[in-house]
Order: sequence, then structure tokens, then C-alpha cells
Amino acid sequence: MSSPADHTDTDARADGHAVSPDDVQRTLEAVWRMEAAKVTAVVARVVGDVGLAEDLAQDAFVQALEQWPRDGIPTKPGAWLTSTARRRAIDRIRRDVNLAGKLQQVGRTEELRVAELAEADFDAALADIDDDVLGLIFAACHPALTAQARISLTLRMIGGLTTREIARAFLTTEPTIGQRISRAKRTLSQDGVTIEIPSGADLAPRLASVLEVVYLVFNEGYAATSGRDWVRGDLMEEAIRLGRVLAALTPAEPEVHGLLALMEIQASRTRARIGRDGEPVLLLDQDRTKWDWALIRHALAALDRATTLSSATSTGPGPYLLQAAIAACHARARTADGTDWSQIVALYERLGTVRPSPVIDLNRAVAVSYADGALSDYHLLPSVRGDLLARLGRDAEARVEFARAAEMAQNEAERALLLRRAAGEA
Amino acid sequence: MRFMIIVPASGETEQGLSGTEQQFADMQAYNEEMLKAGVFVDGQGLHPSAKGARVTYEDGDWVVTDGPFAEAKELIAGFSIIDVSSREEAIEWVRKWPTSCVPDPGQALELRQVYAPEDFADVLTPEMLEREEQMRAEAARNAARG
Repeated sequence: MSSPADHTDTDARADGHAVSPDDVQRTLEAVWRMEAAKVTAVVARVVGDVGLAEDLAQDAFVQALEQWPRDGIPTKPGAWLTSTARRRAIDRIRRDVNLAGKLQQVGRTEELRVAELAEADFDAALADIDDDVLGLIFAACHPALTAQARISLTLRMIGGLTTREIARAFLTTEPTIGQRISRAKRTLSQDGVTIEIPSGADLAPRLASVLEVVYLVFNEGYAATSGRDWVRGDLMEEAIRLGRVLAALTPAEPEVHGLLALMEIQASRTRARIGRDGEPVLLLDQDRTKWDWALIRHALAALDRATTLSSATSTGPGPYLLQAAIAACHARARTADGTDWSQIVALYERLGTVRPSPVIDLNRAVAVSYADGALSDYHLLPSVRGDLLARLGRDAEARVEFARAAEMAQNEAERALLLRRAAGEA
Repeated sequence: MRFMIIVPASGETEQGLSGTEQQFADMQAYNEEMLKAGVFVDGQGLHPSAKGARVTYEDGDWVVTDGPFAEAKELIAGFSIIDVSSREEAIEWVRKWPTSCVPDPGQALELRQVYAPEDFADVLTPEMLEREEQMRAEAARNAARG
């Protein structure tokens, strides 16, 4: 394949200096982060196969890697990448037509007709780029894939990260990530996953799967920053970026804004989480002036949007919105003493009903202790203990704890549940 | 990392013309593209210098000069703030600036990195850094209230 005729006008950078191969590589990587999702999504729309689309998009990237250092950076690098991937896709479609027709039987006319149709498909896909990209995000986070595979594929196809960057971020080797991505692409091809945006009853679980992937990426980076590993902290920024992309593409989804707010508030504390000697600093002990207040301002705006959108639905606030609201209680308090603990308790109560978990009960118990200054008579503590014992298979001890919790519980429904658990029925 | 794209003033912006419908649409599409890529943080346009003032310190006193100011090429007409992963990426975003909105010949869109608090760590004492951060926290709270 010869160089693209429509993009022979190469870069004329104003300073007139020759561009070194390193500069070209850095520029290409920057452009790729901007364009990868769009290039891959448009090709996926036309070829109907996400795995194949990723291959073709990568081919375009590799071609740029070979060609740009020699010919210069194109005036419109994004358009160059898209048209290169497009040409490769149409070549591929032509070849498939020929193969299907066993080379000789298909006439040249048929081949041209198919190519023309594909060109028209490309124009349509380009006109609908936002839906293409959103569909690609849903495909990358498809529930048919393992969580690890979803993460790698999302960072690669949507974030435009290289296999090397993903491997470095997850402290593993390039071949491991490469194989993970190949397997994931095969699974998507075998399952016939397309870049259609799920609708109706499918939407909520599929969106939850996307948000889970974004939050896993964020937490990977968040956990890493406590180990002073700032390179991996980039994953937090990448997750926030993905969250912002999603917020722009699905502006009506409260949980998307909720997750963005949650991540931004947590990220705002990065510099306050580590003491002078590298020791972790707990939230209530943190120097609040070290929080990133510009990020908090953003987050509170996102939370407002999420709350407004959520109050217009019948389902009530989801788990990310509630967690963001809890984080916001801390962000709004000027000092740790000024924290609105009763509000936090109320939010944990709601969160516990949306997403029951002993960890949330435990957090709620801690919040109650701050709100009331008394923990001993609170039923959640034995309840959590019972939960943990039950998980360890120590059922008899667990039932004792549930019975004690039932005695303390104020709420009838809660007491009934605890009594059932004390009787070993739930 | 955050960058500011500084937009120079022109004869039109100094007359208070906000641009044609086409320019407005192109700029909106550009900002939307950045928003959907997760990089757009803020963007504002400035009124003509006629509505502004310059305040200089001369011979021990402040002197206020009302606008407009003649030398348009030293004036700015607006700015955008973007949050990107590298300087290269910031440059590539500027290169996507709508061609219908490019500055007058001889004028440039200027790209400047915005300082993050940790950039001052070597210059300021820990106490000064702390006060700086307190001040910024307070300002952000005010902005959030506003």
C-alpha cells in the first residue's frame, strides 16, 4: 500500500527544525491517545468486528510509526490515522469478498460494489462518531470478558495506551498484557459483540459494567499512590479522563456523574494522604489545605448534576452517587471536627440498602460513633462481627452475634432480618 | 497536567464582535470535541479592552488608565484551560483549533502550562507553601459558593 495521496502534505512546524524520531514518537503517542477510540470505533462500525477493528487501527498506528519519522508528521494527524485505517479496512473487505467468492468467481464489479458500500458505511460512521465511541466503550467493558481483560482492552482502545504503558501500570510484562488483549478480542469476535449501544433493560447492567471498569482502574492507581509509586498514579488520571468522556457522552446518567464526582474527590486528597516520611495519613488527620480544591469544585458540580438527574428518576440514588455524596460531606467540612456525621450516617444507611455489604455496615457503625459519640449500644457492630464469622463458617458464633444485634436494633425490618439470621434462616 | 491556551485580540474582538455564527459553531464543536475527549476544563472570552483598565505604579502612586488600548497585539481576547497527559498532547489539541477562528497574521495562539502547587515546593518554605494552599482552598470555596 502506497502512502496516502490525500495526506502527502507533511508537517511544516513553525520553527522549521527537523523533527527527531523521538519527537515523532512522542507526538504520535499523544495523537494516539486523542484519536485511538475514534479510529477504532469508526472501523468497528464498518467491519462489524471489534477485535478486527482494533487490529486494523493498530496497523494504522504502526504505519504512522514507520512513515512519520521519514515523511514528517501530517498536517492533520488524526485524519491521517482515520483514513489509513479506513483504507486498510476496505482492502480487508475486498479481500474477504474475493476469498468468499474463491477469488475468480467474484467479478471485479462485485468487488467494487462492496468497496463502495463500505465507503458509504464509513461516511455514516464518521457522522455518528459519538455513538460509535460510546458503543466501543460498552464493547470493551462487555460482561463476557473478565475484569482484567475489560480493563486492558479499555485502556488500549479507549485510552489509547500502548501495551507497554498498560504493562508498566499493572506491574506486569508486555506479553502478558498482549495475550490478555488478544484473548479478549477473540472472545468479542466469537460472541459477535458489536458496538451497539445497549438499550431498555440491557442498559443498566451494561452501564454498571462500564463504571466498574473505570472505578477498578481508578482504584489501581489510588492504591499505588500510597506506595509512593507515582507512575501508577497516572491510572487515577486516566480513570478520571474516562469518567469525563462518559459524562460527556451519556450526560443524562446520574451514576456516571456520581462516579466522576467520587473519583475526583478521592483524587483531590492524593497529596494529603502521605506524610512527610511517606507514612499514610488517615482522612480525618489530613491537612485539608493540601487537598486539590479545583478538583473538589469540579466534583461538587458533577455531584449536583448527578443529584438533580437522580431525583428525576424513580429508582433513587445509585451506589456511586451515594459514595460521592459521602465523600462530599468530608470535602465540604472545613475541619475534621466540622464533619456532618449524621448526614454521613444517613447516606451509609441508604448505601447499605442499595449495595448491602459488611464493609458498608462497618463504615456506618464508625460514622454513628462519630455522630453520637457512642458505639457500644449500636447494633451494627455485632451485626458486622456476625457477618464476618458467618463468612468464616463459624455459624454458631455468628448466630450469637446476630441475636445480640437484633436486641439493639431500633428498626423493625432490620430487627426481623437479624432475628432470621440469628435463627440461621438467612 | 493543565495548560492554558491564550487567544490574542484582533480588530474584531476589540470592537466587541463575538464572531460570525459559523465561527461560533466551529468553536462550539471544537470545545465539544475536547469535552468528549475528557480534556476540556474551562474556556472564557474577554470583553474588549475598552471596558477594562490598566493600573500602573508610577512615582510612588497608582495611575489608572481606562481602555481601550491601542496595541491590539499585546491584548488577549480569551483563554481555554485543558487537562492533558503531556505537552505534546496539548500542542496537538491547539493544532485542531478551528481554522475559521485563527488569529490574525503575525499573531499566535499561546500555550502555557499552569503551575500545580507542588511545582513551588523547591522555591517556597513549607510555611509559605501552606499559606499559599490555604489561600487557594479559600478561593476555591468562594468560587464553589458563587
